[in-house]
This record gives sequence, structure tokens and C-alpha cells, in this order.
Amino acid sequence: MAKVLIVAEHDGKTLNPSTAKCVACAASIDGAEIDIVVLAAAVGDIAAQAAEIAGVSRVLTVERAENEYPISAILAPQIAALAGDHTHVFGPSTTFGKDLMPHVAALLGVNQVSDIMSVESSHSFKRPVYAGNAIVTVEVAEGSVVVATVRVASYQAAAGGNSAAVEAASADVALPTHTRFVGLESGASDRPDLQTATSVVSGGRALGSEEDFDLIYKLADALNAGVGASRAAVDAGYCPNDMQVGQTGKIIAPDLYIAIGISGAIQHMTGIKDAGTIVAINKDEEAPIFEVADIGLVADLFKVVPELTSALS
Amino acid sequence: MDRILVGLKRVIDYNVRVQVKSDGTGVETDGVKMSINPFDEIALEEALRIKERGEANEVIAVSIGTSEAQQQLRTGLAMGADRAILVTADGYLDPLSVSRIFLSLAEKENAGLVMLGKQAIDGDNSQIAQMLAALWGRPQATFASGVTLDGDTARVVREIDAGLETVEVDLPAVISVDLRLNEPRYVKLPDIMKAKKKPLDEVALADLGIEAGPEVKELSYAPPEARQRGVMVEDVAGLVAALKDKGLA
Repeated sequence: MAKVLIVAEHDGKTLNPSTAKCVACAASIDGAEIDIVVLAAAVGDIAAQAAEIAGVSRVLTVERAENEYPISAILAPQIAALAGDHTHVFGPSTTFGKDLMPHVAALLGVNQVSDIMSVESSHSFKRPVYAGNAIVTVEVAEGSVVVATVRVASYQAAAGGNSAAVEAASADVALPTHTRFVGLESGASDRPDLQTATSVVSGGRALGSEEDFDLIYKLADALNAGVGASRAAVDAGYCPNDMQVGQTGKIIAPDLYIAIGISGAIQHMTGIKDAGTIVAINKDEEAPIFEVADIGLVADLFKVVPELTSALS
Repeated sequence: MDRILVGLKRVIDYNVRVQVKSDGTGVETDGVKMSINPFDEIALEEALRIKERGEANEVIAVSIGTSEAQQQLRTGLAMGADRAILVTADGYLDPLSVSRIFLSLAEKENAGLVMLGKQAIDGDNSQIAQMLAALWGRPQATFASGVTLDGDTARVVREIDAGLETVEVDLPAVISVDLRLNEPRYVKLPDIMKAKKKPLDEVALADLGIEAGPEVKELSYAPPEARQRGVMVEDVAGLVAALKDKGLA
């Protein structure tokens, strides 16, 4: 029987929604028993939030001062030690999980499955390759522990309302000191988080400047939406890097995605293909984004975006 | 620091629209343009800049694959790498085996840094740097958008979901690089000529004594589900009406 260990992602206080999405993925394995492990300097609140996720049997906690920051060289040996009789160890395909899970896999002497988008059986999964231009079905050998990241955009967060048992676990392993956290310059704003927002407004190179990118923020605020950007807009310095959507940025699945002045390179499209409704506004009617948009408007963004903002305010 | 090892993977060029083979065994590669994985090119550029600042003595470009990968290594030499190593292997190699190869070379060459792209744009795995760090017992700093060396340590700015994180790592270390770290230089014709004289050693995978796998087996490839083209609206009023129709406004 499958026994899945999910590594909780958090910021020291709050559990990231990516964890409940990993639970949803794990729950699609027949008869899976699901545990979550919380590694933190103070586990209390985070563990309590994890215990609420439906389908979770146990929340294991490891409280150590060294776990204050998510440093993979420190977390991975503890996770490998706790993997024990678990048949699967999952983490989210966020930068946290991408950094951590291959390290865990190597410590356990196995390969890792990246970006599970669907579970075919306990040891077989579908995942995207080539910027989502191909989907490959992969199989991990029976009897080998499955270490994987879950493509969070492919799953709805598991519901709440549970009260799983919380147990302190001991991962008594030596931890390295060769990697030290220095600081975090957070792009956090009051706007909804790009990766979990139900609506997202994104701007591209056509915005032309950091000042004019403000049009995107204004429309996003009218919709209570998160804000994203194409690689071109980030490279041009119109907005911070953590707003990039696409193959090398964030993969998102909002109910509504509004792409403004974005032509729709394949690398961008892979980041939004699970969006519910895609709206494209671009003055070039030949832009590839219109091939996938549910609603398209060929127009000058500088004219129509302010109009749209006031219409929706 | 004496040496920096840089991984250069031969992949289908960034601009090619990848097609799945009709029999589902993989993607079309016949007659398709191949290039250095763009992230690896950024890793090499950064290594060269470190050397040019006098903080490293030698930059070694490494690739793994068939002899065709010589092409990418020659490009790396033309960019400025001092020498190249091709580990010859036929067919698909799993990331853990690739990491074991890098470990073996890092130890043999006594590398101070191993620099890799944060992911290869074919498999989109993003695993090698992390696995190598685990096997080597050395620090990993992934998704780097800034690298500063200071004696036996490096300060690395990482592009993470929450913003920009800075970590300090002791050397030797593994760094995987992100897009905005630098802009790789263009190769000039005289450099291509010079590169032909630089050493490119071939090592057979079997001679490194690497144990393969356990493999994640690829069963079949399929094209992604295509989204359908939707409706075009004439103006903002039409757009708002269409959104209301879908219950989105």
C-alpha cells in the first residue's frame, strides 16, 4: 500500500497552499495513506494548519533552530532520515520543492520525478517536458521509493476540516554549516499571490516602461487579481523577476488570466495552459496568444486597458 | 580557486517548435537545430567572468552524450573555456547518473565551483545541481541571479518564488544559474579558429566506473491537449459582456 510523505512548504509562520495541492495529488494514488512533515524552528501554527487538510493521517514535526530557513542541505538529510517506510516522498514544484526534492532523492539513491501532472498508478505518472510541448508518461521501478515534485498548477488544494494527529518526530542527523541564509528581499505586496490568485493580469513587453506597467497593477486591483509578466517585461526591468510566468518562471492556473501586450511565446504559454479562461489584448492580430485565447481583443492596450479598468471597477 | 567545471548540455534549440513523434517514442530530432542549453551558456559566461576577474585559473567545459556534443563543447571553447571534456555515452542517461559523472569529474579536477544551468530546456527536470551537491556533500545555490566570490566563500542571490534570497556558501560548491545572471557573449570568428586548437578530451562513460540508475523509465510521449481558439470581441464593451457571460465579471 502507498504511504506518502509530503514535505510542507511554509514561510516560518504560515503553510503555503502548495502543500494542500501535494495532498490532492497524493490522494489520487489508490488507497494512499498521507503524512505531512513540517520542519521549522517553531512548528506549532504550521503543524496545526497542516493537520486541517482533508485526507492527512499524521503531521510529523521536527522543531530545530537550524530549520529556520529553507536550506536544502539542512532539510534534505532530515527528510531522508524520516522517509522510513514511506513508499513516496512528495514536495511541490515551487522553487522550494525544486531546490529540495532532487537533493532528497540523491540522498536516498534514487532518481526524482519532476512536475507530476497526473497519477496513472502508484508508480506511473504524467509530466510535461519541452516547455509543455510534450507530455511523457514515466514509470518508477516497483519497490523503489518514489521521490517527486507535484506540478501545483495541475491540482486544486485539498479541502480543510480535518484534525490529523500531530506527532513530534526525531531526525537525529548531523547537519552541515556550509550554507548560510543571509537575507530575503521579498517582492510581497498586498495583492493576491500570483500562484494562488483566482484571477491574474499579466503584462508584456508592449507596456514599454516601468511607469506604464502601472496600467496592469490598476486593472489587477479592480479585479482583486494577482499580477504576472512575460519574460520580456521582466528582462526589460518593468517589474520584478518573481512576477515572471512561464517555463522558467511560475506555472499558474487561475480561473481568469488576462494577457496584455504579450505575444504568447511557447515558453510563456506553458505557464498558463491550465488557466480557466484566457483573455488576450494585443494590437497585433497575428500574435500567437490569440490561437489559445478564449476571448481576444485586437486593440491598443493604452486605450482599452484604462477603459476596461473603469468598466470593472 | 583553481578550477571551475561548467556543464554544457546539447539540446534542441530554444526557437524550435518541438513535435512529438507519431509513434510516441520521443520527439522529432532529425534535421532539428541543436544548441547549448541556454541556461548552461549563462553558467559558462559567469565562469568566464570569474576567471577574467582573476578569481579562478581555469574553466573546463563538460558535456555528456554522443560525439555530436563536440559541437557544443567547441562553441564553449570559442566562448573562452580553456579545455573541454566529453563523457561519451549513447542514449538516455538518468539525472542521478549524470550527477555521479559530475561528481567524479569534480573530484578528479579538484573543482572549486561546478556551474550548471538551473534546468535543461528538453527534460525541464532541474535536478543535476541539487543531486550533485547531495552526493558531493557540498553546498548548492540554485537559480542564481547574482554570484560574488570572497576568498573561500561565495555569496549567491537566488531567484525564488518569494523574491530574491541571498545565501553564503563555502567553496567548493555547486551553483545553478537563472536567466538574469548575465548575457552570454557572442562568439567571434577568430575565437572559433582558436578553439579548434584547444584540448577536447573524450572519456568513455564505462571508464568512469559510474553505476547507472535506478532509472525512471519513459513509457510514452504524447502531444499536450490543445486549447481551442475562442471568440474575438470588437471592443471593451464586448469584452466585459463576454466575461459576464462566463460569470467572470
